[in-house]
Amino acid sequence: MTVEKIDKKKKIIKTIRIDVDKCNGCRACEVICSAFHAAPKYSSNNPARSRIRIIRDPLRDIYVPVYAGDYTVSECAGRDKYMIDGKEYDECAFCRASCPSRDEFKEPDSGLPLKCDMCEGEDEPLCVKWCHAEALIYEEREEEAEEQEEPEDLEIGLESLADKYGMDKIMDAVARMNEKD
Amino acid sequence: MRYAETGFNLEIDLTRGNIEKVASDPKDTELYLGGLGTNAKILWDRVPPEVEAFSPENLLIFGAGLLCGTPATGCNRTIVTTISPQTKLMAFSMMGGFWAPELKYAGYDKVILRGKSSDLVYLYINNDTVEIRSASHLKGKGSIETAELLKKELNEPKAQVAAIGMAGENRVFYASIEQGRSSASRGGIGAVMGDKGVKAIVVRGTKDINVAEPEKYIELCNEVLEYIKFREENPIPGVMAILSRLGSPQEMAVHDEKWHTENFSWGNSRTRRKGFWTEEVEKEWTETLESARTRLVSCYNCPMKCGATLSLSGLPTYMMKCFTKLTYTMGAFSNLEFGLRIAQKATEYGLDGYSTPQVMAFALELLEDGILTDKDFPEMPEDTEGRFYYLLDKIVQREGIGDVLANGTHWAAQEIGNGAEEYAHNNIKKVEQLPLKLFMMNPIYYLMYCTGEKMNITQIEGQFPQAPFPKREHREKFVKDWFQVPDEKFKQYFLDWEMRGEKNVTPFYPTIEMTCEIVDWQEKMHYIDDALGMCAGLSSFHLKPPYHMHNFPKFITAGAGLEMDQDKLTKAAKRYRTLVRANNIRRGMRRKDEVPPADHWKKRFPELEKELLDTYYEYKGWNNDGIPTKESLHDLGLDYVAEDFLKRGILTDGDNSPGQDASSKQAVAEKEKK
Repeated sequence: MTVEKIDKKKKIIKTIRIDVDKCNGCRACEVICSAFHAAPKYSSNNPARSRIRIIRDPLRDIYVPVYAGDYTVSECAGRDKYMIDGKEYDECAFCRASCPSRDEFKEPDSGLPLKCDMCEGEDEPLCVKWCHAEALIYEEREEEAEEQEEPEDLEIGLESLADKYGMDKIMDAVARMNEKD
Repeated sequence: MRYAETGFNLEIDLTRGNIEKVASDPKDTELYLGGLGTNAKILWDRVPPEVEAFSPENLLIFGAGLLCGTPATGCNRTIVTTISPQTKLMAFSMMGGFWAPELKYAGYDKVILRGKSSDLVYLYINNDTVEIRSASHLKGKGSIETAELLKKELNEPKAQVAAIGMAGENRVFYASIEQGRSSASRGGIGAVMGDKGVKAIVVRGTKDINVAEPEKYIELCNEVLEYIKFREENPIPGVMAILSRLGSPQEMAVHDEKWHTENFSWGNSRTRRKGFWTEEVEKEWTETLESARTRLVSCYNCPMKCGATLSLSGLPTYMMKCFTKLTYTMGAFSNLEFGLRIAQKATEYGLDGYSTPQVMAFALELLEDGILTDKDFPEMPEDTEGRFYYLLDKIVQREGIGDVLANGTHWAAQEIGNGAEEYAHNNIKKVEQLPLKLFMMNPIYYLMYCTGEKMNITQIEGQFPQAPFPKREHREKFVKDWFQVPDEKFKQYFLDWEMRGEKNVTPFYPTIEMTCEIVDWQEKMHYIDDALGMCAGLSSFHLKPPYHMHNFPKFITAGAGLEMDQDKLTKAAKRYRTLVRANNIRRGMRRKDEVPPADHWKKRFPELEKELLDTYYEYKGWNNDGIPTKESLHDLGLDYVAEDFLKRGILTDGDNSPGQDASSKQAVAEKEKK
């Protein structure tokens, strides 16, 4: 009997350590993130386009910076509550998904999903650089991971559009756009 | 495309329930920048002096600063402008927090309220959807309570809410507008909001704010952030704690209150308590703050932690900032625990933390001295702390003596009479001031107290050290990296300022000319902040701030796309500063009103003081009665103000220095005779 061997490869994982006790809720991370990802770069800013969000409820002392992760088509079962240090958090407060059950991590106009790219091309993510409270600390670590092809932005975007409008409508729209050209 | 600003204001007629989105004139931005500057222009154009604070024709303008919503660190202030019921002059109180950027993201630079709603309403602004909604269910609710209820009801946890409490609803003359950890408190603007029948303005926005030169702008922002870090790591030596570090100030982070408790006066701004700050007190107060404080918090896009969330046992959580920390404590001769507890109630009621304790201490002093009697205070508790709670409720409900006190010490004293006027001793232009009583008249502070139209010393001081440093070597060290000065001469002024000795000491140093320049510089930086929406805690309030005369023009050019340099900015600031004065002159303000609090200094110098004011007026382009001259108005492109002044007989044609009071005219006549 042979065991199928899965290819494992060492790779650098870029991570951010989030210290919720240090966050003071200023949202500078949202400001610089949305500015960096504007086109052209820094030409505009709008926290509603940011790929990091502070889940923030000052009177209940809740400050959780969360990064946009993967897009998901369906809601999950995660509706639990977490009690930490006497404070009640929604499970969603720690979730990175752009999903149908909330409006975090979606472009405000198109509804297309947003995902953190660690500010590709910069020495460190800019949210980390702009967080003087040191609630966000950039870390790199080496991990063994199964090799996997990352889907491209275009693919993720198309997938979410297909989920929203149905594949047929998308095909129609593409066909129409082709004709115009 | 408009940069930094949205180019639209919301015009809301509360009487008719009409809402309009109106494009603003880019020319006005060039001339008056934004925030306070354009607010002052709108007030000039639309609120003539016949209109009173509680007339439906009075406007209540919420103006986001020109650069609010851009990535400029700490640029988050809303400038609220109206006619004050307390001073009957133009009021412009500012609040930090999160409201102004949110308004920009919703697509507006200003919300302009006019008319009056017959029922209590709130405004809901969500991008292009703007509604006037019933707030009858919120009547009597606290300001923070209201914000929480509205966010929940609208299912908009990210909305920002500016709300009034019961004090605003009942038109207390020093009612504030509260917004999370911030408030616009001075001048009774909360009373005007209440008079208009508006309980709250809820804002949610998800649109973009553009800047003109993206790469350049972000570079400027990064420089500021780096300098903030440098300043955090290198506090300025030789000055008190809150001035050594940036912030608005960071009172909630500081435990050492020796300076405030021993140098400021207690009660009705009467008693200095030297030696108050003992180890025992320090230990107790530190424990109080540590146990109440759950977190130090910031305003939008700012790393300073000037505010805090406070949770005291048995009370709802609230947020505090700045010097309200001590005002109730010192007004009532009590401890920090009392101060923080009563401030919770006062914040929900929506009251100015400077005026309120002063008014209450004033009332108790009148009782003590028999001008008011026990009959005026039925069923009042015996202890001072209990009395403060009693008075707080009476004032906010305008019940009995509270109805009189709700108008502030000036008007209350007028109404009470019988010598009560002497007890309203800590005001400028009818507004209660910080409880500071000092010995030797200081020329810089003299001019600032006299001519400040923001009614608060902290809103005009800042750039220049408050006092000389003891040794020349300290001063040399200080000026070494003082690049913020607009002109090198200011360094010399400071270097030569001696603490004691025969030469170059207060009050004859800085000289009158130097004093004029220093005061003008300090004031100018505040006015620039107030047009841009910049927090004074990173700018005008501080020695060596990250924002200054050298980088502001660059911020405006790269951000708003306006061609700007130091001269142009100086002129713009002078233009709308003069417009603020013009609004007040038209409402009757004159030289006679420009005096410091009566007993602010023990040792006064009447001749020097007269010369200071004479020279400063001239320096500012104002005549001897404090009225901007036709010439200076023309120079600033404010001919329309001059025309109005001529029409009203405030200025007369041909005569460039009219409007002098009778005595000085007589003096001139006598001089001519000789």
